[in-house]
Amino acid sequence: MAGPIEQFEVKPLVEFGTVNVPVLGEQVIAITNSHVAMTIAFAVVVGFLGLATSKNAVVPGRMQAAGETLFGMVDNLTSSIIGHDGKKYFPFAFTMFMLVLAMNLLGMFLTFTATSQLAVTLTLGLISFLTVVVVGFVKNGLGFFKLFWPAGAPLALRPVVGLIEFVSFLLRPATLALRLFGNMLGGHVALKIFAQFVVQLGAVAIATGGIAYAFFGVAALSLCMTVAMTALEFLVAFLQAFVFTVLTCIYLNDVVNLGEGH
Amino acid sequence: MDAEAAKYIGAGLATLGMIGSALAVGNIFGNFLAGALRNPAAAAAQVGNLFVGAALAEALGILAFVLGVLMIFG
Repeated sequence: MAGPIEQFEVKPLVEFGTVNVPVLGEQVIAITNSHVAMTIAFAVVVGFLGLATSKNAVVPGRMQAAGETLFGMVDNLTSSIIGHDGKKYFPFAFTMFMLVLAMNLLGMFLTFTATSQLAVTLTLGLISFLTVVVVGFVKNGLGFFKLFWPAGAPLALRPVVGLIEFVSFLLRPATLALRLFGNMLGGHVALKIFAQFVVQLGAVAIATGGIAYAFFGVAALSLCMTVAMTALEFLVAFLQAFVFTVLTCIYLNDVVNLGEGH
Repeated sequence: MDAEAAKYIGAGLATLGMIGSALAVGNIFGNFLAGALRNPAAAAAQVGNLFVGAALAEALGILAFVLGVLMIFG
């Protein structure tokens, strides 16, 4: 039987041969299952929002209401966290939210979860981080570095606190990426392990017979656990997309409203 | 000791870090409930903060878990 970690393997589906990249050496060009999962997520987001906005009405239908709820939620986030300038950053936050949400949720339906790949989540984290850096420099110029200068701390402590602030700032993409990656990986591994208990304990009970029939009870418990955890995983899939967006907004707020003492 | 055995022991020890994160997440939700029961009217507005706090606390436990997984499979 496949181990719990094999579901995260990236497998090439259509190969186009190898290419010699200057620094990285020989690389295989292929459409992988990761690629397919992300493309489906993209198609789902575009299709869903296209459907939701196709028949605009004052009294929204079902699809429009669903779309408006998601839109309104992220809109509320950006304007409540970033404040007056929040509208400008709404498209970025909404794009991130919808893509991560679609990839997380599709992981519950497909055999492969795109956000359980560190490469994918690290890319998303770096996009978010670099946006913050670029926005910070564009809006504040070199005043951006005031972000690391804690004006409230005693003078002697400021360099120390500033250094800690700087290091924790640099760790942001890593924590953003690892949080999403770890949640998705951990949830799916646990789900798979409990699902395996059902089959393995059932097989042992049938093969051994007699007193081993008690294993059917444990298998039934594992099945209940699997169902409950599947429900929990749907919650986690939404929650992690939400948290990713909220943290992106908080980081953007740091540089957009720099020195205004929120 | 066998290197393979040390790897598994190390992975097990690494996941002990998740205890801290379990306590932290429990603490956050417990305090939220305690506060929400005192003032239910203000609770709904703080749900966002609740989940961000829970996610921040949980991240460190996840970090420990990832380290453990890396030790076995990395």
